[in-house]
Amino acid sequence: MAQIFKKTTNYFAQTMVFGAVVVVGLLGWAVDRTSRSDYTTRAHLEREQPVPFSHAHHVGGLGVDCRYCHTSVETSSFAGIPPTKTCMNCHSQIWLTSPTLEPVRASFRTNKSINWVRVHDLPDFVYFNHGIHVNKGVGCETCHGRVDKMPLTAQENSLQMEWCLNCHRNPEKYIRPREFSTTMGYEPNGDQEEIGKKLIAEYKIQDARALTSCSTCHR
Amino acid sequence: MADELQVIEEARPEEIIARGYTFGTVTDQIAAVVLSKHTPIFWFACFAVAIGLLLGFLLAVGALFTQGLGVWGLRGPTMWAWDITNFVWWVGIGHAGTLISAILLLLNQSWRNSINRFAEAMTIFAVACAGMFPILHLGRPWLMFWLFPYPNTMGIEPNFRSPLVWDVFAVSTYATVSALFWFVGLMPDLGTLRDRATNPLLKVLYGVGAMGWRGSARHWAVYETASLLLAGLATPLVLSVHTVVSFDFTVGIVPGWHSTFFPPYFVAGAIYSGFAMVLALAIPLRSVYNLKGLITDKHLDNAAKVMMATGLIVGYSYILEAFAAWYGGNVYEMAAFWNRMTGPYKVQYWVLITCNVVAPNALWFKKFRSSPVILFIWSLIVLVGMWLERFVIIVASLAQDNLPSSWRVFESTRWDWLTYLGTIGLFTFLFFLFVRLLPMISIFEVRTLLPSAKVKGKGAH
Repeated sequence: MAQIFKKTTNYFAQTMVFGAVVVVGLLGWAVDRTSRSDYTTRAHLEREQPVPFSHAHHVGGLGVDCRYCHTSVETSSFAGIPPTKTCMNCHSQIWLTSPTLEPVRASFRTNKSINWVRVHDLPDFVYFNHGIHVNKGVGCETCHGRVDKMPLTAQENSLQMEWCLNCHRNPEKYIRPREFSTTMGYEPNGDQEEIGKKLIAEYKIQDARALTSCSTCHR
Repeated sequence: MADELQVIEEARPEEIIARGYTFGTVTDQIAAVVLSKHTPIFWFACFAVAIGLLLGFLLAVGALFTQGLGVWGLRGPTMWAWDITNFVWWVGIGHAGTLISAILLLLNQSWRNSINRFAEAMTIFAVACAGMFPILHLGRPWLMFWLFPYPNTMGIEPNFRSPLVWDVFAVSTYATVSALFWFVGLMPDLGTLRDRATNPLLKVLYGVGAMGWRGSARHWAVYETASLLLAGLATPLVLSVHTVVSFDFTVGIVPGWHSTFFPPYFVAGAIYSGFAMVLALAIPLRSVYNLKGLITDKHLDNAAKVMMATGLIVGYSYILEAFAAWYGGNVYEMAAFWNRMTGPYKVQYWVLITCNVVAPNALWFKKFRSSPVILFIWSLIVLVGMWLERFVIIVASLAQDNLPSSWRVFESTRWDWLTYLGTIGLFTFLFFLFVRLLPMISIFEVRTLLPSAKVKGKGAH
């Protein structure tokens, strides 16, 4: 009886079997990398704004405190986007004729807000409160990165749930004294874990069980 | 084709294969079902009904996905109803196939050689039907991969203390092992079909499935080891899968669910319904394809005995359940049982008692066991009874749970019916494809039942 398959079919079959494992493994790896990539999370992507506002210039160069503009960050869930009037405090005096700032002046004249593009946008099913974080010693920099070095603002972190849980599971690795909350480039004075543990006790930060309870963030 | 004359006598009551069969004629008869160009009207009729129901299933699933779980009769507090009933029913049916193929193999029950192939196919198709319900009953079924622990960006894992997660592992392991066992067992027969097929395309297709099977001594040695190992793997699954399924209920504190004897009770019920399905499939098939010499009355008798034995265990469990509710003295448990027997689901309860406790006792009599028609009707009664059992356990307990203010009688919708009947359609569709395309009886294992296979070596005398 004639053979249906050539002898080389054996190699083909073996390659298929082991190849399938490799291909499935590679696919899994690719999905994993993609789902965490900046492309998916939009981290490090500088968003186009109506006015190219530079945190690097205002914070890094001039030393304006975060709370000068984001006034409600210590008391509210929302840090607050400053009204045009806040810009005009200075810009009614300096850079009066700058064409770049025309949208700001126009907004002031017409009483219409500037449509800033939101950079950090959490899903609606997450309850997030800036006030509690700042008051318990989470620095601005911890989540937002070195804003003082961003000419155009970009999201520093993935904002994925695993990233939130990094800190909610081990807050001692990230907590700093409250007086340094807006400091950029903060360096702990000693061992971070030790300081963190002390601060957790002092600020009465709840244990990981309460911090990682579903309803802490998903209310 | 075999050269011998085909003089096959009618099988006697105690025989598991009729006299007159030879290696050649066994192979001829089983392979002919697949390789013949002629397809019986019976096959077309069943297949047409199956496709109709399958289309109904697609419609029901479409309605479910576009409109949500509300299309089913699920309303608080009955958030599990037909979906989980169907799941448990289908998983249970699968168990007989594994029992026949694995446990009876290890116990050297050679009569299982004639029924193991289609029983295993039944297992795989039943598990396929069962496996869909946990996914369909999710609010967001497209996120069903969340059931598996994988390195996700949420930084969390499924709750390993939940029996629902154990279920995922139990059922997926079961599906994998059953499919492997079935495929390994098919290889020698696919080799036979490859060699017998005349159509070149069929030759290639069966050849791919046979994976180079040539029937050499080395192949057989490897095959024997592999099938024993797989039987060893599958054996604990017969007991563990339905045990885990029963944990879905027992771990909950709902009155009527929270009992320690659920695992053995569920396993017995699974095998009970599974053997009913084996009979319901074997009896018409052996008539249509004229296989009464291979699937003899002895097989039906044995299957009926297993069905009766497990049915009696199930009946004992019902009595024990009621006794434990009374003897335990827990008012909620007692109330749950009183509601079950006299409440809004009393009709379903007493029908299931009739089907599962009264009906199997008829099988004590040889007269009933030796009549295929009666056995066929009885197997349908058992299948109905076992479906009602799961329905009553799930729905009666949930509809009247601890908060009387939220009690509500469950009402099924047409989509409940269509989804359920649709999975029967899917099962039948797959099963009849199997009957047409693959040998429904294991050719090489039946050959070992022949007297001529019992050759002894020179030193053996």
